[in-house]
Amino acid sequence: MDDSSCRFILICSGKGGVGKTTLTANLGVALAKLDCKTAVLDADFGLRNLDLMLGLENRIVYTAQDLLSGSCRLEQALVKHKQEPRLSLMPAGNPRMLEWLKTDHMKEIATLLAPRFDYVLIDAPAGVEAGFRNAAAAAGEAIVVANPEISSVRDADRVIGLLNARGIQPLQLVLNRVRPTMVAHQQMLSVEDVLDILALPLVGMVCEDEQVIMSANRGEPLTLNDGGSPAAVEYACIARRLQGEAVPLPDLDSQNQGLLSRLGRLMNTRIL
Amino acid sequence: MAIRELLERLFGRQPATAAMARQRLRLVLAHDRSDLNPELVERMRREILAVVSKYVELEDGHGEVNLETEDRTTALVANLPIRRVRSSL
Ligand SMILES: Nc1ncnc2c1ncn2[C@@H]1O[C@H](COP(=O)(O)OP(=O)(O)O)[C@@H](O)[C@H]1O
Ligand SMILES: [Mg+2]
Repeated sequence: MDDSSCRFILICSGKGGVGKTTLTANLGVALAKLDCKTAVLDADFGLRNLDLMLGLENRIVYTAQDLLSGSCRLEQALVKHKQEPRLSLMPAGNPRMLEWLKTDHMKEIATLLAPRFDYVLIDAPAGVEAGFRNAAAAAGEAIVVANPEISSVRDADRVIGLLNARGIQPLQLVLNRVRPTMVAHQQMLSVEDVLDILALPLVGMVCEDEQVIMSANRGEPLTLNDGGSPAAVEYACIARRLQGEAVPLPDLDSQNQGLLSRLGRLMNTRIL
Repeated sequence: MAIRELLERLFGRQPATAAMARQRLRLVLAHDRSDLNPELVERMRREILAVVSKYVELEDGHGEVNLETEDRTTALVANLPIRRVRSSL
């Protein structure tokens, strides 16, 4: 954690269901494709599903729990992705872990992972209580995921406050499930609105994309097979931005040339 | 007025809700971030008005004390229009 160059990135949001696990899985694959040794750590012990998103649910033998109790070695607990062997999953143990897991346990896992990986992505549970604090214990930096919705932005703000208080830096934002047509009709908060309110640098903006749901059904993150869907492209771009590349953010207007959205813009023309 | 609003008025459609979301968020975050509840702010408002009124006469019903937030900094902003300075001073 300390003296290695491994980056521990917490993926968190406060609110549930905004796309943390989806981001963790896709970013994990995308970073592995950029030749980075990457581990994704399922810190959502209560409601684990990172294994499902990655299609690895049938390959889990040992979990973080077995590792901590000393009943297996690190290599046994890590599940390597077949297609993308630079990516490994550290599965969450069973929900009863929540009763005894302490922040020190997370630090212990982090210390074991650090020498072997360039990136460790920590998929945090929803909420701001013990589960979140445990997940944050090993984090060096964080990505806050939010949807352009009032409750998600409020919860993200809460989480940002907590992360700031812990001195976790950098904090960056991924805005997920943006619907350009609704934004054009001023029925959804825009990227600018959310940035204005949360005052975080934006590292990614992912639009609502039904391919995300279909890929979850298959257990194959979109970034796995060079799919050209908007979300797939943007997840890959986020990985490159993390690597320090200056990749421009998607241009909403270009995804927004449909009749409806042009009509939306016309409707906002001032006449009085 | 934008074309949208004109049509909305003519046809009774829903108004743009993004602006409402922005405004409601601003307010609720000012309170969340400072951990001050509306009741406490109201108490401060009354006390501030009482202090200020000792020295100046305020316009009736105009004393505003609100929490505002920008760039993650929260400020207590008072807007107290003065009618005149109390003559006894
Ligand atoms: N950009 C997107 N477009 C469409 N659906 C999405 C998108 N991102 C996430 N989802 C869907 O939203 C749901 C919640 O996502 P998930 O990653 O499990 O959230 P969390 O881990 O924050 O609880 C899933 O059904 C997922 O497929
Ligand atoms: Mg999740």
